[in-house]
Amino acid sequence: MKVLVAVKRVIDYNVKVRVKSDNTDVDLTNVKMAINPFCEIAVEEAVRLKEQGVASEIVVVSMGPKACQEQIRTALALGADRGIQVETEDKLDSLAVAKLLKAVYDEEKPDLVILGKQAIDSDNNQTGQMFAALTGLPQGTFASEVKVADGKVSVTREIDGGLQTVALNLPAVVTTDLRLNEPRYASLPNIMKAKRKPLDVKTPADLGVEVASSVTLLKVEAPAERSAGIKVGSVDELVEKLKNEAKVI
Amino acid sequence: MSILVLAEHDNASLNAATLAVVSAAKAIGGDVDVLVAGEGCGAVAEQAAQVDGVSKVLVADNAAYGHQLAENLSLLITELGKGYSHILAAASTTGKNVLPRVAALLDVDQISDIIAVESADTFKRPIYAGNAIATVQSSAPVKVITVRGTAFDKAAETGGSASVEQVGAAHDAGTSAFVGEELAKSDRPELAAAGIVVSGGRGMGNGENFEILYSLADKLGAAVGASRAAVDAGFVPNDMQVGQTGKIVAPELYVAVGISGAIQHLAGMKESKIIVAINKDEEAPIFQVADYGLVADLFEAVPELTGKV
Repeated sequence: MKVLVAVKRVIDYNVKVRVKSDNTDVDLTNVKMAINPFCEIAVEEAVRLKEQGVASEIVVVSMGPKACQEQIRTALALGADRGIQVETEDKLDSLAVAKLLKAVYDEEKPDLVILGKQAIDSDNNQTGQMFAALTGLPQGTFASEVKVADGKVSVTREIDGGLQTVALNLPAVVTTDLRLNEPRYASLPNIMKAKRKPLDVKTPADLGVEVASSVTLLKVEAPAERSAGIKVGSVDELVEKLKNEAKVI
Repeated sequence: MSILVLAEHDNASLNAATLAVVSAAKAIGGDVDVLVAGEGCGAVAEQAAQVDGVSKVLVADNAAYGHQLAENLSLLITELGKGYSHILAAASTTGKNVLPRVAALLDVDQISDIIAVESADTFKRPIYAGNAIATVQSSAPVKVITVRGTAFDKAAETGGSASVEQVGAAHDAGTSAFVGEELAKSDRPELAAAGIVVSGGRGMGNGENFEILYSLADKLGAAVGASRAAVDAGFVPNDMQVGQTGKIVAPELYVAVGISGAIQHLAGMKESKIIVAINKDEEAPIFQVADYGLVADLFEAVPELTGKV
């Protein structure tokens, strides 16, 4: 079966972002970018499905400026077979990405679509669900285990309070949670090989999708700073402070 | 304006997260209706009708909604939601699972995890793991929003007298089925709602060592949480994880034990009123957000603390 994986280029998760002084957005100039950690897990899961003989082809797709080809190449180096970039300079909201992804889905007709559960920049946690809604496919969100058998996919989901398992008819959409797997590193020979794998570039216009958004970003601020605390010298002092100063116990 | 709130429940009782969503709805203004969808959920509807500020409770009692499967529930909410100006749910795993699906079916953008209501169309929400706060304005005809429970006071559980109305619509997409669930059992308060949270990190060393945190938590009537490092190392189950990718907590007192304080973790707890850090590394970033820091070996400090509170 064919697996479609969506990946996003985001700020590296180790970088502490800075808000621009004019409060229009965060400052991303000269900041290290990387593949979103949840997307990496999605790629890894697809590659494992291929290694198990369940998947036959892995197509990886990313939407954004030309630079996101870097993240597609990373995914190709990890084991994906070919890439599709939907090139746009516009800032895309989740619904726009879901619509673009639907257009790619309609062309590619994969049996399983895997996304990360959320991107660590916008922290939206929407795209997978929206894409599933637009295509009418069932969804297995926040997956910590995925098993494909007999035309169905069984997904164990991380829910508040524990785990839930659902069975979805294929084709289906899965979004990955952290514990689904541990992504591998790309080896140097695979990075070289990835450069020769096919990468198609399309535009939203080719796909017939409008990427307008109904949400306007008015302002971005730094969160309120916590006032500096103190270091206490002993457990006794800590207990005394918590009882008498903070009055929380 | 009229607002539809999706009730979060387990078919037996209403989850406290819903009360915070009702408060957010009241801050937007207008009639607040609560939708209770489930199977055998009559008791939940009765509870929801008592909540202060609720005008009407809609009950959809059907096997199709028994496990809150997104495929079925989103069809129901989309049908009911067309008459509302806002559709709200808690930013819980249920709300996050279902609401974006509703938004896409209504062809509108969604606003996730709001922490403040500026006006009926303008909201604040954290981005980049809480390292920036965005103010966003929506021009969508129906505003679909998830609400961060810890950012809003809970509406009073009594004082309301909403009417209860049955809605007949049974939507079964037939594409998904519930197989089973495995819930972690705990006598301690629920993490997201606890007044005090004691959390352990990689510094705990192993799962057995969490016993000393459980003793402290029981003495304080606290819930026990963990950092991603502790969960990934297999010390404790993942539903205990506090952070950007786990639960967001904002208790009166948060005690971080053996936790370095990575950005990912801070995103889940830095709204706590008082933060205490116990760590033997005095350079640990957690000390930058802690109100009280104790540089000490946790295996000595925690039992001593348990003995003295």
